[in-house]
Amino acid sequence: MSSFLRRRIAAVTAAGAAVALVLSGCAQSQRDDSGAEASGGEGDASSVDSQFIFAASSDPKSLDPAFANDGETFRVSRQIFEGLVGTEPGTPDPAPLLAESWETSEDGLTYDFQLKQGVTFHDGTDFNAEAVCANFDRWYNFTGIQQAETMSYYYGKLFRGFADSPEDAVYESCEAVDEHQARITLAQPFAGFIASLSLPAFAMQSPSAMEEFGADEAGGTAESPELSEYARAHPTGTGPFAFESWNVGQDISLSAYPDYWGEQGDVQEITFRVIDDPVARRQSLEAGQIDGYDLVAPADVADLEQAGFKIFTRDPFTILYLGLNQEVEELKDPKVRQAISYAIDKDALIRQTLPEGTKPATQFIPDSVNGYTEDVETYDYDPVKAKELLAEAGYENGFTVDFNYPTGVSRPYMPTPEQVFSNLSGQLAEVGIKVNAVPEKWSPDYLDRVNGTADHGIHLLGWTGDYNDTDNFVGVFFGQQKPEFGFDNPELFTALSEARQEPVLEEQTPMYEEVNRMVSEYVPAVPLAHPAPSLAFAERLDDYPASPVNDEVYNQIELNK
Amino acid sequence: MFRLIGNRLLLLAPTIIGLSVLLFLWVRALPGGPATALLGDKATPEAVARVNEAYGFDRPILEQYFIYMGRILSGDFGNSLLTSRPVLEEFAARFPATLELTAFALLFAVGFGIPLGYWAARNVGRWQDQAAVLLSLMGVVVPVFFLAFILKWVFAVQLGWLPTDGRQDPRIDATHYTNFFVWDGMITGEYDAAWDALTHLVLPGVALGTIPLAIIARITRASVLEVQNADYVRTARAKGLAPRLIRNRFVMRNALLPVTTTLGLQLGLLISGAVLTETVFAFNGIGSFLWDAIFNLDFPVLQGFIIFIAVIYSLINLLVDVSYGLIDPRVRVS
Amino acid sequence: MSVNLPPAAGGPTGDLTPGGSPAPDPASGGLLPGTTGTVVAAGPGRDDGGPVKGTSVWKDAFLRLRRNPAAIAGAVIVALFLLVAVLAPLIAPYPGEAVPGAREITPGHIPGPGELPQFPLGLDRFGGDVLSKLIWGAQSSLMIGVVSTALGLAGGMVLGLLAGAFGGWVDGVVMRIVDILLSVPNLLLAVSIAAVLGQGPYAVMIAIGVSQVPIFARLLRSSMLSQKSADYVLAAQTLGLSRRTITMSHVLPNSVGPVIVQATLTLATAVIDAAALSFLGLGGGRPETAEWGRMLTYAQSELGIAPWLAFLPGLCIAVTALGFTLLGESLREALDPKSRAR
Repeated sequence: MSSFLRRRIAAVTAAGAAVALVLSGCAQSQRDDSGAEASGGEGDASSVDSQFIFAASSDPKSLDPAFANDGETFRVSRQIFEGLVGTEPGTPDPAPLLAESWETSEDGLTYDFQLKQGVTFHDGTDFNAEAVCANFDRWYNFTGIQQAETMSYYYGKLFRGFADSPEDAVYESCEAVDEHQARITLAQPFAGFIASLSLPAFAMQSPSAMEEFGADEAGGTAESPELSEYARAHPTGTGPFAFESWNVGQDISLSAYPDYWGEQGDVQEITFRVIDDPVARRQSLEAGQIDGYDLVAPADVADLEQAGFKIFTRDPFTILYLGLNQEVEELKDPKVRQAISYAIDKDALIRQTLPEGTKPATQFIPDSVNGYTEDVETYDYDPVKAKELLAEAGYENGFTVDFNYPTGVSRPYMPTPEQVFSNLSGQLAEVGIKVNAVPEKWSPDYLDRVNGTADHGIHLLGWTGDYNDTDNFVGVFFGQQKPEFGFDNPELFTALSEARQEPVLEEQTPMYEEVNRMVSEYVPAVPLAHPAPSLAFAERLDDYPASPVNDEVYNQIELNK
Repeated sequence: MFRLIGNRLLLLAPTIIGLSVLLFLWVRALPGGPATALLGDKATPEAVARVNEAYGFDRPILEQYFIYMGRILSGDFGNSLLTSRPVLEEFAARFPATLELTAFALLFAVGFGIPLGYWAARNVGRWQDQAAVLLSLMGVVVPVFFLAFILKWVFAVQLGWLPTDGRQDPRIDATHYTNFFVWDGMITGEYDAAWDALTHLVLPGVALGTIPLAIIARITRASVLEVQNADYVRTARAKGLAPRLIRNRFVMRNALLPVTTTLGLQLGLLISGAVLTETVFAFNGIGSFLWDAIFNLDFPVLQGFIIFIAVIYSLINLLVDVSYGLIDPRVRVS
Repeated sequence: MSVNLPPAAGGPTGDLTPGGSPAPDPASGGLLPGTTGTVVAAGPGRDDGGPVKGTSVWKDAFLRLRRNPAAIAGAVIVALFLLVAVLAPLIAPYPGEAVPGAREITPGHIPGPGELPQFPLGLDRFGGDVLSKLIWGAQSSLMIGVVSTALGLAGGMVLGLLAGAFGGWVDGVVMRIVDILLSVPNLLLAVSIAAVLGQGPYAVMIAIGVSQVPIFARLLRSSMLSQKSADYVLAAQTLGLSRRTITMSHVLPNSVGPVIVQATLTLATAVIDAAALSFLGLGGGRPETAEWGRMLTYAQSELGIAPWLAFLPGLCIAVTALGFTLLGESLREALDPKSRAR
């Protein structure tokens, strides 16, 4: 308590001292400076309000993307950082970014990256092959709590091993061949390597800044890690925007980096305001206090559009499914699982509860992903057939099953779970399947029960792809025995693991097509829809680089006012 | 006087210690136990074991309590599970916001409540009185959160008169020293920023201040009525003192006594209300942070914040008692 | 004082303070209820029953209540909602969780009041019939309000009785417990309790009940303390009655008046708190569950296209709370010896 008081007193004293400064006009002139900077941008920046205010649903977990896996962190870090690999605009496919090109060796183990020249980090240091190697080596050498899933989630998941456990590791070494060529050697083939590098977690960070601000000196414990100075206030990348300030719980400010290698757009200053309530985000937009927000509720889309706001919809890169837990006696019978598939009218579900642009799902990957095939069992809505199948399985009078679903949560693949539940339970009732509702708070209750225990029935869950990789969908769901689905299907597990290990894309595709066919016949879950997440913006926004994998950098925003 | 303060401070100690025991037991009663509560979502058995050891959750309960108290006394309230920052730091950063909001709400409640109550008492039995009583009744029965989102919808979204949320428009480039935004704007000479911060206070402040307003109005009315008929007032009147003098010196001064006590009690209400109001208006104070903590079972934050709030609340009640003594000489004597 | 609306001698919280003095003041008028018939000092003017057991105060209060329009308004409101709550299974067109209109709902449109004849007050986001949900909501709100207040009352009475009857260190300990409970804002206390108990109506009841305990405990204690020094207690003591007899048969019965008044007022708070907790999402159960607070949670996002979803349950909460408040205030006034003496 006393140190708290002392600090407050110190703050008051500081304020007193500040008054004197202010009286001399110092603060005033600071403000003028920033105004001049804002209007001094390129092109027609002077004719538009170059400050862009976007509502975030929460603070980022950290400003160091290597230690993060959540959307709000990545939204911010995508402005500050760039990776070797980016994405083709509007698609999930990998495209050159800081690496202009790359070559892969025959065995799929060596990658030569030709780096873009004339790129600098925000601290003025050069981006070069050594910086690339510094980043790769940094990830590989994470120790102790840094390896925890709460921290280096993506590296651990995709590269599987660290320097202290090299036997599992995918990564082996990095070599700076010359100033602008970096050679990465892998210990085992990894077909998704290039695509995975488009993840913000693998963005290039300034080695000198990381050292200066102790990026790897994160204190605390795995349970409650403390952010390093770097992750709190000094993220340093090569992106179009440089970090300015972060008032926790309130906002984060970025401003255009004057020496950016690429084009700067209309936006010269970004403010991410934290507004955690979705209704409040909408109202803030309507009142003109923010320029845009993400994950517009389906019900609001038409309304906002009519009121003159701009709606941008991402190509769906999502899947929403109804999981069928085979620990439940009735669900063990494939006929029952098929019956449930036939009982669901996906079009009605989408019309009544999901946003415009949503596509019905026949399999667990969107059509832009490698391995998508028309050649699967589609189970078109047919309640009569559903009843027949139930009768064949011995449930002429239907049965009752637990239906687990989360409450008070909005995910890109599931904006309103309560409504989806309501709708589906009505549809199932029509073929005689009565449900017993088991709603739970999303985190941790619901996730723990569904992912960690056998004690659940049918349930709602889904996924948003991180990058273009089939395993990132199907492998996540059905790659191994999981309490979520409660089945053991070695044939399927083997097929998936073989496909994952195939380094050549052309050979991988038919393998995944086969997997999708197998899954559609086995029905471990019912794919429902690929919901399309929407963003809403103020009228002054002409263009927004909507991306299925959220790779949206604000220098591409076009403003008209 | 000092004796009174001393006594009250002495009484504070058992309250805070008792509260710490309750909070300590509370965490242990949480589903899954303290380690699971600490680790959140998905705790592996190894992680649980590690935490149990690090925090001494496997030791005898009494020993655990002393470890816990030791941490608290050395100012270590742990880190927020949500933001990974020290709980104390989180509180210090947000407290000015809530204080500013509460002050505004209280100012609103007192500024309108006392005149309203007085006016009603002066017109007792007439329609003005009945209207005032009805109004104050409405104030008590309408739920805060309902009022908050209706006010916001009408005045911010539909009419656009006031900002919908936040504490400051990010388009205004304000300098912040103390985190009291209105004050910051005043001392830096950035009057537009001060004004902007003030407009951000209006809707949440009114929503938050409505219940106290209603209660203050009713108490003022009742006590003015009571005092008006008191012997000393009659005597003063009989002695021919000017009505204005009687009103100011005798009626108001004595009528304000119960109002003062009420103010202290309103504070608890205001903090409860702040959780709901701040959330509706995305106002970055301790209320909205508590809301997040509640939803994510961020128990270090809940634990720490409840203790801070209890201490502050008790201190304010102490202040109220002292000021009570200043207004009422009788209390000073006893 | 010829006021029709409850004039509130001391506000709802005034009872906790030395400032407001809702406890019958034994000194003023000296009318002590004729519980025993031995020590009765009849109030001036109206004394219908004479020294008959259990008549004067309560009967008198009832007569006065009957003549107070505010009391009647309060009673009518409360009776109406109670009736609706009890008869919900008979009068509600649909079960509380039913979604008979699910097919009429699209993301952009929700049929409003009068739009479809079979749903007179319109539909909600899930396709539930708003009228039915309001009716079932009355049941759950009143149930939570009554049970939680009963819990708070019971807990508070026990603590207050201990403190008031024994005094000394027992009093000290009890009052510290009360202080601890009071130092945590109500809503936080309720939420913390709910965190341990899990979501659901029972958790909400217990949470609200516990948060009410300190009010009742303090009130009963102070009321008992003021009775203890009253003339009739001294008289009873000189007559040689045991302390226990005096406490249980004289002091306690004469101290419950303010507690009953407070309980009535607390019912109003409990209904609002119950709504707040289910608004916060602690109610548990299906999202379509008929609870006023929960209806408001979902109504927020539909304000633009379906404002009635917010206004109707909001109105129900406010009116129910108003009913209990009017009734409680009138009761307080009726039991107040100062105004009785008039």
